[in-house]
Amino acid sequence: MLTLTCPYCGVKAEETELAPGGEAHLKRFGPGSSDDEFESYMFARRNEKGVHFERWRHAYGCGKWFLAARDTATLEVFATYPAQTPEPPPEVVAAIKARRPDWKGYK
Amino acid sequence: MSRYSVFAIAREALRFHQGWERAWRSPEPKPRYDVIIVGAGGHGLATAYYLGKNFGITNVAVIEKGWLGGGNTGRNTTIIRSNYLQDPSAAIYEKARSLYETLSQDLNYNVMFSPRGLLMLAQTHHEVRGYLRTVHANGLQNVTTEWIGPERVKELVPIINIDGPRYPVLGALYQARGGTARHDAVAWGYARACSAMGMDIIQQCEVKGVRSEGGKVTGVETTRGFIGCSKLGIVVAGHSGQVAEMAGFRLPIEAVALQALVSEPIKPCMDVVVMANTVHGYMSQSDKGEMVIGGGTDGFNNFTQRGSFQHIEETLRALIETFPMISRLKMLRQWGGIVDMTGDRSPIISKTPLGNCFINCGWGTGGFKAIPGSGWAMAELMAKGEPGPLAAEFNLGRFREGRFIDESVAAGVAH
Ligand SMILES: Cc1cc2nc3c(=O)[nH]c(=O)nc-3n(C[C@H](O)[C@H](O)[C@H](O)COP(=O)(O)OP(=O)(O)OC[C@H]3O[C@@H](n4cnc5c(N)ncnc54)[C@H](O)[C@@H]3O)c2cc1C
Ligand SMILES: [Zn+2]
Repeated sequence: MLTLTCPYCGVKAEETELAPGGEAHLKRFGPGSSDDEFESYMFARRNEKGVHFERWRHAYGCGKWFLAARDTATLEVFATYPAQTPEPPPEVVAAIKARRPDWKGYK
Repeated sequence: MSRYSVFAIAREALRFHQGWERAWRSPEPKPRYDVIIVGAGGHGLATAYYLGKNFGITNVAVIEKGWLGGGNTGRNTTIIRSNYLQDPSAAIYEKARSLYETLSQDLNYNVMFSPRGLLMLAQTHHEVRGYLRTVHANGLQNVTTEWIGPERVKELVPIINIDGPRYPVLGALYQARGGTARHDAVAWGYARACSAMGMDIIQQCEVKGVRSEGGKVTGVETTRGFIGCSKLGIVVAGHSGQVAEMAGFRLPIEAVALQALVSEPIKPCMDVVVMANTVHGYMSQSDKGEMVIGGGTDGFNNFTQRGSFQHIEETLRALIETFPMISRLKMLRQWGGIVDMTGDRSPIISKTPLGNCFINCGWGTGGFKAIPGSGWAMAELMAKGEPGPLAAEFNLGRFREGRFIDESVAAGVAH
């Protein structure tokens, strides 16, 4: 069972308290974008086997969205951080590198 | 390959079963093949089989990182049906279902296809309307289904509780020729038939890279060295995104865990398959007497073949109202598989950006039932380089064009 710490209320929430929300840091494309951009925003997903960034909602807690860095191959959680973050912040990247030295980094 | 028959059993009985041959060879990989299929699950093996049977292409290798049938094919709950809503789905699932009817004879291998009948319960008024619509759609698609009322449901499933307080049974979508088959036997039967045609099934060999030149694949890097090919088929279910990345393209696929469980064996009590989509659970009884139970997927990306406990709890809680007798059953085993989910819950059988590379994936929670039809369509695509009528609508381009084959309702519960 997954346990994620909500970065807002600090509660160590187990999975049943949380709602998963898919890949984080998607760049949104709308009217005026090319078909390629729109398709990849809508459907193409990194679906990493390994380090993955994703959205979660503290559904049965404070109700807020937050982000998590997690390993999809081991279920290890590296860090959680606020949703208002356009890409993984340095301390999150450092936390991942500490555990996965050969991780190629975000992008 | 010697044929299996009643005479073979008698002959072997007389010589203490000393003469059975291995069902398939375990050859060393050759330096090059006309066709390489990555992934020896049901879909990969069926693709190889119909390449040989329908197109005479037999210089084929099927490369598998684990053991054949050890992926989702060996982990599923074996429901077979074709009562989908959209025309392209009905066509390929019904093709598959009808091939299942004679698959044992075709492969000379008993896949234990059991068209015992399948019910999808309607437990809300919304579902009643939805299934009535499906029955009409199926009528136009030449798929035989019917709408039955709650009394008939009770006749077919004596252990059901049709007037549960929360989710009474209001009727069901009934497909009399739906049912189950033995999952391992489907993989083994295709493998044996492929091997007999001279194809190489190479197990314990992981594809680690795809080599290409000028927009064409030249072969694959594996844990047993480089193997060349003229055409490549990627049929790896949960790992489709990873292998596609090796080939340099991205897929609209996400991998999540789907679980199933079986109870202790009990006496025969239910001889149809029952799916309950509103409460998210389904159940059938295996030949060994175990109740085979499944439900929904987990909600987050996962490659561990291990699901979350609360989903099992949810599934069982939901089924207990409708099947009160299972509340006393002990559950014996539980397991998970990594399923490849697309946005519209329909599969992908498609060309790729690499000219001689083809992909078959996205069967998600419900591809066991499709194995023969999918292999048939994929073989046609790979042999001709262009899709036939069964595969045409399932190309990758549909996501770009917004031409979805929306089965999120028909596939609402994982099966
Ligand atoms: C719990 C559960 C219940 C299900 N219930 C049903 C059901 O009732 N009815 C139904 O129709 N469907 C059901 N399904 C779905 C069904 O199991 C799948 O859609 C189907 O088996 C997929 O077959 P496949 O051949 O595509 O994949 P798989 O059988 O998973 O085969 C893919 C193979 O590729 C191999 N592979 C992956 N990467 C590599 C690599 N790099 N190199 C070499 N080999 C590789 C894997 O080891 C694997 O053996 C269920 C699935 C699960 C998990
Ligand atoms: Zn919170």
